[in-house]
Amino acid sequence: MDGWMDGWMDGWMDGWMGGWVDGLLLTIGITSSFQMQFMLLFSRQGKLRLQKWYVPLSDKEKKKITRELVQTVLARKPKMCSFLEWRDLKIVYKRYASLYFCCAIEDQDNELITLEIIHRYVELLDKYFGSVCELDIIFNFEKAYFILDEFLLGGEAQETSKKNVLKAIEQADLLQEEAETPRSVLEEIGLT
Amino acid sequence: MSDVVEKTLTALPSLLSLDSQPGSAKLSSTAKLGNLIRGITELTSKHEEEKLIQHELASIKEQVSSPNTTMRQMRELMVRAVYCEMLGYEASFSYIHAIKLAQQGNVLEKRVGYLAVSLFLNESHELLLLLVNTVLKDLQSTNLIEVCMALTVVCQIFPKDMIPVILPIVEEKLNHPKEIIRRKAVLALHKFYLIAPNQVQHIHNKFRKALCDKDPGVMTASLHIYLQLIQENAEAYKDLTASFVTILKQVVGGKLPMDFNYHSVPAPWLQIQLLRILSLLGKNDQRTSEVMYEVLDESLRRAEMNHNITYAILYECVKCVYTIHPKSELLEKAAKCIGNFVLSPKINLKYLGLKALTYVVQQDPKLALQHQMTIIECLDHSDVIIKRETLELLFRITNAQNVTVIVEKMLDFLRLSKDDHMTIDIVGKVAELAEKYAPDNEWFIQTMNAVFSLGGDMMQPEIPNGFLKLLSEGFDSEEEDRKLRLFAVSSYISLLQGEPSKLPQRFLQVICWVLGEYSFLKEDLEPSVVLGLLTKLLDMKSSSSETKSWVLVAMTKLCWSEAAVSEAQQVAETYSSSFDTTLRQRAQELQHLSRDSQLHSRVLPPGGRLEPDEVDSSLSFLDGFVSEALSAGAAPYKPLHQRQEELSRSKVLSLEPYGLSLPISTSSCSITDRQSPTLLSTSSGLSGDGTDFSHRGSSTTLRLDGVKRVWGREGYLAQKKPVEEVAQVEVPSPLRSPSQQGDANSCRSKTPTPTANPECDQEKQQLASSLFGGLSSQSSVCLMEKSEPDIQRFRRKAKGQRSSSTTNEQRANPTVSSASAVDNLLCNNLLEADTEPINSSAKQTFQHPHSLSVANGACDAEAILTDGDPKERNQPLSSEDFVEADDSPPREDQERSKDSCLTPHLPAELSGFSHSEIIPLCSSQSLDLSACHVQTDNSVVLVVFITNTSEDANLQIQVLSEELEVFCVCESPVEEVRGRSVSVRQYSLTVKMPLVHFELVGMLSYSIPAGMPQAMMQFSYKLPLTSFIRPLTVSTEEYGSMWLAFSHDTKQNLTLIKEEREPLTATLNALNKKLSLHVVEIIGVEGLVACSLLQDQPCLMHCRVHAGRLAVWLRSPVPDLPDCLLYHCQRALQEP
Repeated sequence: MDGWMDGWMDGWMDGWMGGWVDGLLLTIGITSSFQMQFMLLFSRQGKLRLQKWYVPLSDKEKKKITRELVQTVLARKPKMCSFLEWRDLKIVYKRYASLYFCCAIEDQDNELITLEIIHRYVELLDKYFGSVCELDIIFNFEKAYFILDEFLLGGEAQETSKKNVLKAIEQADLLQEEAETPRSVLEEIGLT
Repeated sequence: MSDVVEKTLTALPSLLSLDSQPGSAKLSSTAKLGNLIRGITELTSKHEEEKLIQHELASIKEQVSSPNTTMRQMRELMVRAVYCEMLGYEASFSYIHAIKLAQQGNVLEKRVGYLAVSLFLNESHELLLLLVNTVLKDLQSTNLIEVCMALTVVCQIFPKDMIPVILPIVEEKLNHPKEIIRRKAVLALHKFYLIAPNQVQHIHNKFRKALCDKDPGVMTASLHIYLQLIQENAEAYKDLTASFVTILKQVVGGKLPMDFNYHSVPAPWLQIQLLRILSLLGKNDQRTSEVMYEVLDESLRRAEMNHNITYAILYECVKCVYTIHPKSELLEKAAKCIGNFVLSPKINLKYLGLKALTYVVQQDPKLALQHQMTIIECLDHSDVIIKRETLELLFRITNAQNVTVIVEKMLDFLRLSKDDHMTIDIVGKVAELAEKYAPDNEWFIQTMNAVFSLGGDMMQPEIPNGFLKLLSEGFDSEEEDRKLRLFAVSSYISLLQGEPSKLPQRFLQVICWVLGEYSFLKEDLEPSVVLGLLTKLLDMKSSSSETKSWVLVAMTKLCWSEAAVSEAQQVAETYSSSFDTTLRQRAQELQHLSRDSQLHSRVLPPGGRLEPDEVDSSLSFLDGFVSEALSAGAAPYKPLHQRQEELSRSKVLSLEPYGLSLPISTSSCSITDRQSPTLLSTSSGLSGDGTDFSHRGSSTTLRLDGVKRVWGREGYLAQKKPVEEVAQVEVPSPLRSPSQQGDANSCRSKTPTPTANPECDQEKQQLASSLFGGLSSQSSVCLMEKSEPDIQRFRRKAKGQRSSSTTNEQRANPTVSSASAVDNLLCNNLLEADTEPINSSAKQTFQHPHSLSVANGACDAEAILTDGDPKERNQPLSSEDFVEADDSPPREDQERSKDSCLTPHLPAELSGFSHSEIIPLCSSQSLDLSACHVQTDNSVVLVVFITNTSEDANLQIQVLSEELEVFCVCESPVEEVRGRSVSVRQYSLTVKMPLVHFELVGMLSYSIPAGMPQAMMQFSYKLPLTSFIRPLTVSTEEYGSMWLAFSHDTKQNLTLIKEEREPLTATLNALNKKLSLHVVEIIGVEGLVACSLLQDQPCLMHCRVHAGRLAVWLRSPVPDLPDCLLYHCQRALQEP
């Protein structure tokens, strides 16, 4: 009996969440039309490397979207258009080496500028890590997030000057190193 | 690359041990994260990964809750937890620790803490409340980095209800000397504006300051807010146009620091943002548009470099040029740009070119002609998205001449499409085109068959509904109708004889209904044959029980021949013991009706349709009952979505009105609701009928753009209309430019077009000529219509308005609810005996509304606002006043005399305004209390007259109301009233919450003569909502933006005033006269009406003539106001 109820609730939630997401996107479409919805970074093997959601969604919905999108994007051939339609949204993606950068925007937004947003982000990562590779992002994903937050805030381009973004990140990093050097030796010993 | 990953991973341990060595800053992640990541890459199966992560999470969990864990360790743990969550494993136990880390850690730990919080939680998570204090503290910190971090997190997630707590500090930051802080503060305010607009209303002028900030970054940030504000109300920001233009000029001219360049293009993001703002400002506004022509020209000229970013700017520029008031030079340049895009070998640009073309083709259909060959190539493109966009473009240029080709292309696409979302969208479009432009019956039915089979059970329910409605309502010619129906029947019979198990359920339901209704038209077809086919459907495993009940209903209609009856009875037998109650019910009906042929022929006359019964969809017969309930204190009815909204509001502390609420279309359930005589609906229960039709498909926006956008290449297209009608006769119009003429000619004469690729084969050219046929001659007015998909259903052929179309709509709606045709049948026929008495008693109550209101108000010393004949009153206040009307003649006389003797006592400042009848409130031996209300421009004043017929008296009056704010316009509550005089009190009234009627209760305590023991009297006074309603003068644009901002709404169909010529105008005028609503604009069959509750609480009404009724949709920021106002509108229109 329990099992039956569970199944029923799941089904209900599914349907409901779906409706809610559509509705939500519709609402956002009316009120603010140029906000990025989310950004995903994933590898050629389909492993998620970074995710940033600018619209509130449930974990379940996020997982579903990620799964579906990774699949769709990976299935595309290299010479195809960098844009695709997905539900009510436009997906703009680009592959850099082994990493796919993928953004969801709204239909009336400008796909090309989104492509350039991705590119600018890659440039920022590149400058910060010094010819960035996937490994940098895997092992320093929090840094990648810090850079992203300094560049895009709440789904809008916050600061488009490369210099300014990096300056902000480096200032915080500097603090990190100052504070870290005296302690890290001790701690590292304690830990390892 | 993945090889590199593998190799590096094997080398990891050595790398990680070098952590403290120089250059390791890049790989500063801790050993443990490294181990985890390495561990994961070594695994081979998903199952192993799960085990490893669960183990990892368990160890993290243990450590985070240990008291010995330092903040530094915590930081590392949080990073690992974030990693696990990214892999899709839940780590909710760490959320609270992330908050703690942000709270207690030093700057670096905070940074990770805040990051983890922003990744873990979403806006509505309750733990977020715990973050508020931390954010508050950090915002006030002297450490800039802490302030930055706090602002960053605020921009991402912050509990809406807590905004007031930090708002003042964020505002302060707008003056911070550091630009990065100012910029983040602006973005935080933008965020606040998005989630709680009215909380930042008071700082709009500070936004202006940010716009003028010397730092370009801060200024850019402020544009986000302006884009938002201007989207909502462009009118209010027209004065800034020149500033935006100047900024754009400077940017384009390269005046910004080099830092802002992106691939040597100056600040592209800023340019695009400005172009978006300008296009909103210039839309439908010639004067504003003129200000920006120069800079747009400059932008188009400058952006010539061959890089994606310049194309992005160009695209935005083109969109802007086509949105604002047209200027031919700019349009030409923009058209050239689009051409370059479309012809580009780069696929991304081609896509954008098609998108731009789709956008502009509504204004400039000829542009598509120039690129017809490219479009045809795109149609066969290997990339689905290009095909899809091409179809979208073709959809916009469809006309009666090219419809068959375009629909064929769309169906081809559908057959290959695997994406549900696309399928649903295209199926809807095909159905729309088929209904609008079908060249003949056969094609129409076949296309719809394809739609139903391909659309399956995912398609919007409106499609089968609309189709059945079309079939049942028919067109002008009986013969045509018969042919169409007959064709449908034949086509369905052959489908059923094929493989019905492959057809989707929805399609089967449509088939059942059509066969049930119209199979008699096919004379050589025995009903028993149809019945046999239907029985096969019942036996199919794949049939849903919903389909089965449709089958049974169809059988019920068919069982009028001998053979059919016996077959039907067998079926009925089987299903009368079904577990499904609906099926059992249908089987019972089938059984009864097949047994009693007399009853059958009465209920379902063979070969004909029952005359549809008139249904009072507004439930006006319940008005008496409702008003009684309301005056007895019942809460007015609220539609479901409003209730839910209020419920959710009461759960969380919301300090501001809700944003846009989405109307819930409940067309399916309301049909049955409507027939339930017990439904208590004052006014708003019926969100499901006509009004829904008119607004669905257009999302929730008013279609103002569609109406207004009459711009074309040379200016207003409206002016060109006659010319284009001439062109329709296929004579090249002399007014068209030679090149365009060439295009048009070539496509008709099937010679290669100037733009055509010489290699392109005959086939493509033929396709081109069939696709673009009629396009050159097509007037854009026609295209405009296409942007309103909601009306197409009723437009296929000219059709006179039928008085019974409301009910027709119901009859034709059976697909919506499981089988409401049957419901109809039950209600109207089988249950006739039951419904009748309820109905009639309800009618009775309606016929005597005043008897009710008198009974209701007839308490001791209580007066109701009773008014005499409208003609006899000095100035009729509002229609509402006569609703309560007709009192007994003697009293009327008495009142009139009272009125005339008290009128002179009205305060001088009020004498210029209309006042209601003066009515007695209560009286004692020596005191007489009367009152009236006066409507001034911005308030309603209750005037109480105290007539003292004996000696001097001391008296004290208190007037109270739950729903009204009452201010006494006098110095002291106690007053001396001299003998034999009239004293006047004034109370200014404002509405706390809207109600249909307001009641004021008063208490008079007096002592006569002064100083004697006190006596008391109670009285009450009623006044309608309409006394508070004032016209609201707004422009159509303002109306449009207000409309979107209001969240409370209600819909209903009202009676249209019967007038030959302009029923809409007449009706709106009546509303204007009786309720003093302001008519903003009447556009075709739609009307915009606006009013406000006193000065500041607007309510908008959108009216649309639909099926001989007036479908109204009211919206307001004030809860209940739409419902209450609707009630009065309904009353006003029912009055003779």
